[in-house]
Amino acid sequence: MIALLLVLLPLITGVATFFLRKENAAKKLALLSSLATMVISILGLTLFNKTELLQFSADWLPGLGTKFDIRLDGMGQLLCLLTAISFPLIFISTWQRTYKNAHNFFALMLLAQAGLMGVFLAMDALVFYFFWELALIPVYFLCSMWGGEKRIAATFKFFIYTFAGSVLMLVALIYLQTQTVDHSFSINSFYQLEIKNDIQNWLFVLMFIAFAIKMPLFPFHTWQPDLYEQSPTSTTMVLSGIMVKMGLFGVIRWLLPTLPSASFAYGETTVAVLAVIGMLYASLLAMRQNDMKRLIAYSSIAHIGLMVIAIFAETQLAMQGVMIQLFSHGINIIGLWIIVEWIERKYGTTKFSELGGLAQKAPVMSILFVVIALANISLPLTNGFVGEFLMFSGIFTSKIFTYQIVITAAAGVCIILSAVYMLRMVQKIIYGNTSAITANATDIGFNEKFALSIIALLILAVGLFPQPILDLTQTTATQILNEANILHLLKK
Amino acid sequence: MKEFLLVILVAPFVGFLINGLFRNVLSKKIIAFNACGQILISFLFSLVVFSTILESGGAIFEYYNFIKVGSFQIPFALQIDQLSSIFLLIITGVGFLIHVYSASYMKEESSAHFGRYFSYLNLFIFFMLLLVLGANFVIMFIGWEGVGLCSYLLIGYWFKNTEYNYAARKAFVMNRIGDLGFLIAIFWLIAKLDTTSFSIIFSNESLAKLSTLDITAITLLLFVGATGKSAQIPLYTWLPDAMAGPTPVSALIHAATMVTAGVYLVARCNVLYSLAPITQTIIVCIGLATAILAATIALKQNDIKKILAYSTVSQLGFMFFALGLGAYTAAVFHVITHAFFKALLFLGSGSVIHAMGGEQDIRKMGGLSKKLKITYWTFFIGCLAIAGIPPFSGFFSKDAILVSAFAKSPALYFMVLLGALLTAFYMFRLLFITFSGSFRGTKEQQQHLHESPAVMTLPLIILAILSLVAGVIGIPDVLLNGGDKLSEFLSPIIFVNNEHQLSHSTEYLLMGLSTILIIGVIVVAWVLFKKYKTTETVGIGKFFENKWYVDELYNKTIVNSINKLAKICNDIIEKSGIDAVVNGVGRLVHYGSRQLRLLQSGQVGNYILVMVLCMVLVFSFQFIFKK
Amino acid sequence: MPIYYYIVLAIVLFCIGIVGVLVRRNAIIVFMCIELMLNAVNLLMVAFSKMHHLKNAAINASAGSDGQLFVFFIMVVAAAEVSVGLAIIVMLFRNTHSVDINFLNRLKH
Repeated sequence: MIALLLVLLPLITGVATFFLRKENAAKKLALLSSLATMVISILGLTLFNKTELLQFSADWLPGLGTKFDIRLDGMGQLLCLLTAISFPLIFISTWQRTYKNAHNFFALMLLAQAGLMGVFLAMDALVFYFFWELALIPVYFLCSMWGGEKRIAATFKFFIYTFAGSVLMLVALIYLQTQTVDHSFSINSFYQLEIKNDIQNWLFVLMFIAFAIKMPLFPFHTWQPDLYEQSPTSTTMVLSGIMVKMGLFGVIRWLLPTLPSASFAYGETTVAVLAVIGMLYASLLAMRQNDMKRLIAYSSIAHIGLMVIAIFAETQLAMQGVMIQLFSHGINIIGLWIIVEWIERKYGTTKFSELGGLAQKAPVMSILFVVIALANISLPLTNGFVGEFLMFSGIFTSKIFTYQIVITAAAGVCIILSAVYMLRMVQKIIYGNTSAITANATDIGFNEKFALSIIALLILAVGLFPQPILDLTQTTATQILNEANILHLLKK
Repeated sequence: MKEFLLVILVAPFVGFLINGLFRNVLSKKIIAFNACGQILISFLFSLVVFSTILESGGAIFEYYNFIKVGSFQIPFALQIDQLSSIFLLIITGVGFLIHVYSASYMKEESSAHFGRYFSYLNLFIFFMLLLVLGANFVIMFIGWEGVGLCSYLLIGYWFKNTEYNYAARKAFVMNRIGDLGFLIAIFWLIAKLDTTSFSIIFSNESLAKLSTLDITAITLLLFVGATGKSAQIPLYTWLPDAMAGPTPVSALIHAATMVTAGVYLVARCNVLYSLAPITQTIIVCIGLATAILAATIALKQNDIKKILAYSTVSQLGFMFFALGLGAYTAAVFHVITHAFFKALLFLGSGSVIHAMGGEQDIRKMGGLSKKLKITYWTFFIGCLAIAGIPPFSGFFSKDAILVSAFAKSPALYFMVLLGALLTAFYMFRLLFITFSGSFRGTKEQQQHLHESPAVMTLPLIILAILSLVAGVIGIPDVLLNGGDKLSEFLSPIIFVNNEHQLSHSTEYLLMGLSTILIIGVIVVAWVLFKKYKTTETVGIGKFFENKWYVDELYNKTIVNSINKLAKICNDIIEKSGIDAVVNGVGRLVHYGSRQLRLLQSGQVGNYILVMVLCMVLVFSFQFIFKK
Repeated sequence: MPIYYYIVLAIVLFCIGIVGVLVRRNAIIVFMCIELMLNAVNLLMVAFSKMHHLKNAAINASAGSDGQLFVFFIMVVAAAEVSVGLAIIVMLFRNTHSVDINFLNRLKH
């Protein structure tokens, strides 16, 4: 019931918003809907033991062996909560921005939310694929219609990129369906599959490319900085805060347990190597950027890289670290984008060279900015630390990797580099003397203050008391690791 | 006890919250009162805790489960024992004095910035307490990174100055390099022992599970963390730059407390280090090298705070030298005495800078002893203490280090004695140039000269008394039987190696030798610098003055190469590499379709021709390759 | 007469038709060439049907008659096609004052 509501509410209100001609009404409906979704999601958390309330199942296309089967498990709860918290924050913090054809804009945003929820809830491969695409399409329109000057090229690149990946994934999913005993797309049938190693390897490549593009993993990342720069900021928040998590989520839920031996075969040799290279590479690039948007985009690539390695480390520590980091990273990066959005709206630029000295003019913004930046470089007592600490210890203690020390050290260098580039950004934006543009700056308004304070509170709360989230994801992590346990399979 | 520890920890945090959130509302008086008051509460409770420890020994308290994943858990637990109680007293005690001093030193700041300053300072005390109270490596690491953050915030306190910001960032990044070592050591322990708690790791059954390689690697990695925080070679260059912060900050963070965290870490893990001779050798080498290198640089510096900064680096080198020798008690002893006299010297220099209206160049000072009586005398006591003249505290702690060096090898003894002589020389150079001779500043500055108010001089006097008497806790057995109270107190935690006992006559000889030599050096300094005139330095002096060109070396090799690599990645690999390939695929499809479009000429004849040709082709194929 | 003669004749006719279609630009001649090809096929049909009948008359009296039948169909269709085609050509001539098929590439644009 809860699960169905999480998808249906944004879907219905989204469609309804298309017919509202007034901008203000559309805005309000969108905010209301997202708030209601958030309440439902939080309600879902309190009902954790009553599983019958958290799932929904109906016939969909029985001929294809697929059912409309959605369920909230621990990881799904967490990511749905992330989605549900993010949207109100996004709407509140961008309240002052006006869009032409606003009703379409907000309708598409809500549809994207519905798609994202569906992805995190789906327990059937075809339903998963359906929502995967459903989330992509509104974002495509949002970027191509309300984006910056070079939006068409950037969006086109993004669309072709992700679509190519999705099609490959579809091929793999269909093949997997034909191999199941009961010819169904259901997740349980997928988990029970036992496929020959060489075929697993092929399927792994097909599916992993789709997920790697979405994350994005080096070298499939080039769509990201362009798109983040060109899309309207609220869409960028959805993209970077939630959508890139879809790739990681897909790997955890669909790839690792379904194709365990291929995950083991490629985990260290290919994926971890690519991820480490990507982390170092993205960190280096982030150091060179002179624009907040691009810097944040590259820093996100570096962070995602670590999560990918941690997933393939296949330890309880790392897996729960990834799950908590999926949530934390989403929150943190949305916080950063809120600040970018405010700066861009106020000063019309996000270039370092034209900004500076905001600590004198906007102290509240500066404090919150520093808090979020510190969370992003995973300082202890912030949420970033918990996730990264668990992931690193998981990677280091992994029984699957042979070179875990090298991987940890190389990835650890990125922690140092992340301090370099994030503090450089902080320094260029808020410290030093004011520039011509920021000379008459004022502090952030109530909306931004509210949204950023919530984010800062979440950062500190998760940083101090991460245990509730860890408890939430424990069962899912254990289950997935059991399914994916290659050592266990080899024994059999 | 459990609640007391919590109060000690939380009081500064409450102070941080109040001052941080309401800094625009509260008056400066309330802010200062709040900040100092919270530290005083901590200090008083620390005294209570300390007295309990004296009677009943240490204890561990768990508050809540910070992280629990499967069988692995990190409780939020605090550990109070002999070692941490000593640090507790130093941090809260010296911290309180410096807070009081700051209230006057920073009074010209606007109320909002005043509040910001004190909130950072309180936050620092909070993290520092967390560092020494943590009962496992993770809680310690939280404090460890937290103090780094506060150091960053306070170095860059005057954030309009771009150079200060760079100094702050440098400090943070260099600390992070060390922290990575610390982190990997923690991961290593988790991998081997599945725990981070001190009490479990240092137990015999855990140690039995670790191979020699493990112990060597873990201790080395922890030491990397310590080099970052405690400014040892190769990560020491941030500390002199950190003098960009307000002077009380330098006294508190960059002299008395935070930089000794590395010493605390090694002393805390002394069980591990005693099992890793390779690491110990490395620590001895690095400690000694840092002590001498920093001392030579300090010889030629002209900025009063830079001299003290290099002096701090050098003294930290002594401490690590002692740690490497296995003389953990001597190192902790030196931490205690150093906290007093270095805080005193920094606060004294703050008083001088205050009187000089912000001037920090000692070449422009001189003859200040007449105007700044209290500052002069307290500074003088500080210099005597750091130089190691009996009966000042520095004598005893330095002697402990020297004796343990001699017990190891006379060669080490003479090298470290050289470091001690250099210390005496540069400190008295500083003292004489600043306070003797005639005034060399501007007229305006001369008029402005005044003794600091009582709020500032009172901490100086208290610290001077402490510098004078703190030695009593560790009087060596030769002078007073059973005088070495500190070793006795720390014996439950710190493993004492009694193999190399020196005969009493040797010890007397060593004490006499070092004292005579140091007095000789002071006399030389007096002759050279009592009437100081600015002269151009040449030769090796130039080399020292430019800090052995280490900063330049780091910039040229590491920073530049990373920047170049980043530039290559950005300009070449990203733009004309990966992105070009991606766009190239798109362009290829585009180009191909454009070429294929030409086939659609619209001439029906062409189509038919192609059709016929293809048919002929198909038929002939079938004809030729008939089965 | 052996069947080869008919086959060769039909191929020759068909090839003349193809070459005519490809080479000539006058729509009417192209049209006639198409008719030629159709009739080449018709000729083959009739020839083969006759051949089948001769071979299988003992078993089946109506063997091969479907070939003849199809020829009638084709002739009917061809007649209809000719009428439509000629109508198009007339319209073409009215509009362009020419029956040159090279003008017929407007759909390209």
